[in-house]
Amino acid sequence: MAALKVSVVSADREIWSGEASMVVARTVEGQIGILPGHEPMLAVLAAGEVRVSLPDGEKITANAEDGFLSVQSNAVQIVASRAELA
Amino acid sequence: MGAQLRVYRQKIKSAQTTKKITKAMELIAASRIQKAQARVAASSPYSRAITRAVSAVATHSNVDHVLTTEPERIERAAVVILTSDRGLAGAFNSQVLREAEQLSELLRSEGKEVSYFLVGRKAVGYFAFRRREFEQQWVGSSENPDFDLAKEISDAVLEAFLRDASDGGVDEIFVVYNRFVSMMTQTPSVVRLLPLEVVEGVAEANAQIEPLYEFEPDAETVLDSLLPVYIESRIFNALLQSSAAKHAATQKAMKSASDNADKLITDYTRLANNARQAEITQQISEIVGGADALVAAK
Repeated sequence: MAALKVSVVSADREIWSGEASMVVARTVEGQIGILPGHEPMLAVLAAGEVRVSLPDGEKITANAEDGFLSVQSNAVQIVASRAELA
Repeated sequence: MGAQLRVYRQKIKSAQTTKKITKAMELIAASRIQKAQARVAASSPYSRAITRAVSAVATHSNVDHVLTTEPERIERAAVVILTSDRGLAGAFNSQVLREAEQLSELLRSEGKEVSYFLVGRKAVGYFAFRRREFEQQWVGSSENPDFDLAKEISDAVLEAFLRDASDGGVDEIFVVYNRFVSMMTQTPSVVRLLPLEVVEGVAEANAQIEPLYEFEPDAETVLDSLLPVYIESRIFNALLQSSAAKHAATQKAMKSASDNADKLITDYTRLANNARQAEITQQISEIVGGADALVAAK
């Protein structure tokens, strides 16, 4: 299955981008996991970590406060004015 | 030494000193442009992502938001003017202030009151000198703007926008800033920030039909938190552009100042040589004249 194209973006730069097999984030309504083929979505993130699982099994966590998560045709964007890799 | 010669030498010396300063400023500005441009480039993924998200909400939902609805009657407009804190940048500040004046005139001719938000010491100085009123000012960090500044400015303008017009609130917000076009060109430009004109993406011929979007928690809430962020990113982008443009304008101005100093030095060196030669010629003719007189007296 196609991998997700993930990018983590903060106001002044792109923090991380690459391919991933799964993204887990916490939105204002609760945790959400995104796998390839997810329907287009736009969600408001709650304070907390975003976990990105890479295809080789590694995991990356990022802090993205007051951010957004957008999914569209297997491209995931995590956008926050302040974001950093944990 | 002849008085004339001394004056020329002084002028040469002063032009040389000035040239040293302008040359140094030119080099500093040149190195800062790179950095400022890199910051503009680095911030573009963010603004792209936000813009895409806003247009997604706009296209896939029909929520009316206070920030996107055009008020029936616009009584007062706010103008945010982005200038620099320091001068020596050619027409950089005056052109943006002129643009702002033209805009204010246009707004007033439409029967709107205009209030100002100023960024940069030059704008504040311009207003203070003319004893004109303004709402708020931010000075000291226009050279190297950070996101906090953008956030502060956008909070202030949003607050003014959401206030009632009878309360001194505004119905329309413009930003006037210098856009960085290239190293040689910086054009003052006006952007209407609020109310937002959401341009719904024109469907491309080969675009695939986008499936329905899902919003979490719902379109309204997403839009609610997205729009202020969009404003912030627009202001941040304008700040960064303005700072890159300032450095480019400084570099250009200092380059022409250095060239001008060079020209002055050449001109004055010629004149000084001339004066020196004239002095020598005069001395020789005096000596010859004196010797002749001595011979004649014998």
